[in-house]
Amino acid sequence: MDATILTNLAENVPQFEGYVYPNERTLHPLWSTLIVVYPYITGLVAGAFIMASLVRVFKVKALEPIYRLALLTALSFMLCATLPLLLHLGHPERCFEIMMTPHFSSPMAMFGFVYAWYLMAVLLLELWFDYRRDFVEWAKTETGLRGIIYNAFTLGVTDISPPALAVDEKMGRIISVVGIPSAFLLHGYVGFIFGSIKANPWWGNVLMPIIFILSAVVSGMALCVFAYMFLCWARRITADMRCLDLMTSFLFYALVIDATIEGLDWLHRLYSAEEGIEVLRNLAAGKLFYTLLLGQACLGTLVPLLLLGSLQLLRKKVSELNRRRAYFTSTALILVGVLAMRWNVVIGGQLFSKSLRGYMTYKLEFAGAEGWLLSMALIALPFIILTVLIKLFLARELPTIENVVPGATPPPKAHPATA
Amino acid sequence: MSENMTRRSVLKNLAGIVGGILAMPAARTCKAAVQNVLASSGAPKGYDPFQHKWLMALDVDRCIGCGLCVEACKAENSVPDGDFRTWIERYVITKADPASGKSRGETFVDSPNGGIGGFKTSLIPKEDILKSFFVPKMCNLCEKSPCSQVCPVGATFESPDGVVLVDKNYCIGCGFCIQACPYGCRFLNPTTHTADKCTLCYHRITRGLKPACVEICPSQARIFGDLKNPVPNDPLQAFIANNKVERLKQNLGTNPRVGYAGLDEEVR
Repeated sequence: MDATILTNLAENVPQFEGYVYPNERTLHPLWSTLIVVYPYITGLVAGAFIMASLVRVFKVKALEPIYRLALLTALSFMLCATLPLLLHLGHPERCFEIMMTPHFSSPMAMFGFVYAWYLMAVLLLELWFDYRRDFVEWAKTETGLRGIIYNAFTLGVTDISPPALAVDEKMGRIISVVGIPSAFLLHGYVGFIFGSIKANPWWGNVLMPIIFILSAVVSGMALCVFAYMFLCWARRITADMRCLDLMTSFLFYALVIDATIEGLDWLHRLYSAEEGIEVLRNLAAGKLFYTLLLGQACLGTLVPLLLLGSLQLLRKKVSELNRRRAYFTSTALILVGVLAMRWNVVIGGQLFSKSLRGYMTYKLEFAGAEGWLLSMALIALPFIILTVLIKLFLARELPTIENVVPGATPPPKAHPATA
Repeated sequence: MSENMTRRSVLKNLAGIVGGILAMPAARTCKAAVQNVLASSGAPKGYDPFQHKWLMALDVDRCIGCGLCVEACKAENSVPDGDFRTWIERYVITKADPASGKSRGETFVDSPNGGIGGFKTSLIPKEDILKSFFVPKMCNLCEKSPCSQVCPVGATFESPDGVVLVDKNYCIGCGFCIQACPYGCRFLNPTTHTADKCTLCYHRITRGLKPACVEICPSQARIFGDLKNPVPNDPLQAFIANNKVERLKQNLGTNPRVGYAGLDEEVR
């Protein structure tokens, strides 16, 4: 290419302000929307699992109605967690090298192992032990494709005598206990991928894994509330208010901790004012104003904090309908806010030059691998999978607190045939 | 069934199979590491990387900003348009307003097309300029290279002879190394879809030649040598002895090996 044309391209386009290293002058950031979606999805998995484990490990009986829904939500998002990464790779066909020849000093190399561990040893096992009895019973009564599926999922184990079920219950609990640190590991490592990059002052930060874990818990819990309310609406049944109130209480406290730590992170950055703080300040006030201050801090954190917080105090004075409206709004805002947080971290970290002398602009494309259409499709895909899973494995009548008897052998869940 | 098939023997066999499966990733890691060094580096047969330690140093005061090194690098290594294994930066520092009480004014940096074809006259009036200089940039050959550290498959590695290389037949193109390099020296090659960077012209230096940029530099701003095999009147040894040598972004602990003489505090 003619040198003068390139000069004009490189130096005079409004896409770059100040001085940007020549190799940073790319049309879009190296890690774009796909990498925004990736921590968002894994975070939802981790958070939804934490919600489920509140029932199993901490025996919060009021949350029983959403136990299976939370696990299935975690599973459907988990199944899609690797997709954005795969689509982003320059050589997706070499992806298995990450597991076959891992480079142990790389946080990304650990992904394969953490993912496999979480999916195979935690989520699928816990679901199987929980569903085993139902699979056996449904397999007896269901015919056709459903019957074949249920039969296959029994894995040939048809013993549903009380001692066998007691073992199931015990195993489920053990897996849940192991699952909590695993969920933290899954998302903590995602934060570590960014936090370990010392070349980038926006990313390289010890608090990054903790912030990722906390925002993951918040987003996953919000997703469970969202999914539960949506499911109730779709099935034209009234949501269990005790369950909803309690879920949103947990969500509120998780959000308080998350907001505190994220606030602490900013306070620390501003106070210690290390190299690059000017760049970050300019980003927050300029290119990231809408997504960071407005989207993440105001709409995604402050408004839900106020809404959920006031309902903690005034619950008895607010009608059920209005409470449900407030919960739905809060969770939707939190879900958008956490997506904005992922955007701010991933894209924000690539909007300034590592020379700390210039800024890049990101124009979001519509189509193509780096376009938002594909990313939206990737966020939509787990919901489609979840719909199928709910059709198959979540009976029309969601278990409520009244029909769940605490103990090792819960009564059979409503039959899918009635769904 | 064989009568020798006892429970103990079955367990032994099972343990063997499990052990074999567990050992596979480790074995493949070792194999890949060896393959990396031998196959992808472009070195000739018989070249022993343990017998050399290559290093480049840059003399800021000697660089005239002609951009020939960038052009030579592009031609030698087929570097795609818009990507750079090496580039030249021009620093223009203005005079400070005496009322401000500062020692210097603003710093303007540019690198149009990496410096290929030289630089046009700066738009800043000559009388306002305190000082101006060119800085050649390239891979800093870090001892603790963050790019190698984060590569998930070990496709990028520190060769024993001091060069950080990428195996393009092995790189998965995740871009983690590009994010981890504090110096902006890496890029994703649009042709191979893998990470790309300066190799010190490994295919040349392992055959006794100099890197293309060193070969072409008209002002000897780039000094190259082998620390393990100094020659008589070695230019690299002389450069180190006669200059106060600094390194870029030392605060990050990457231990960059490439040394600069005449570096200004504004350079990063």
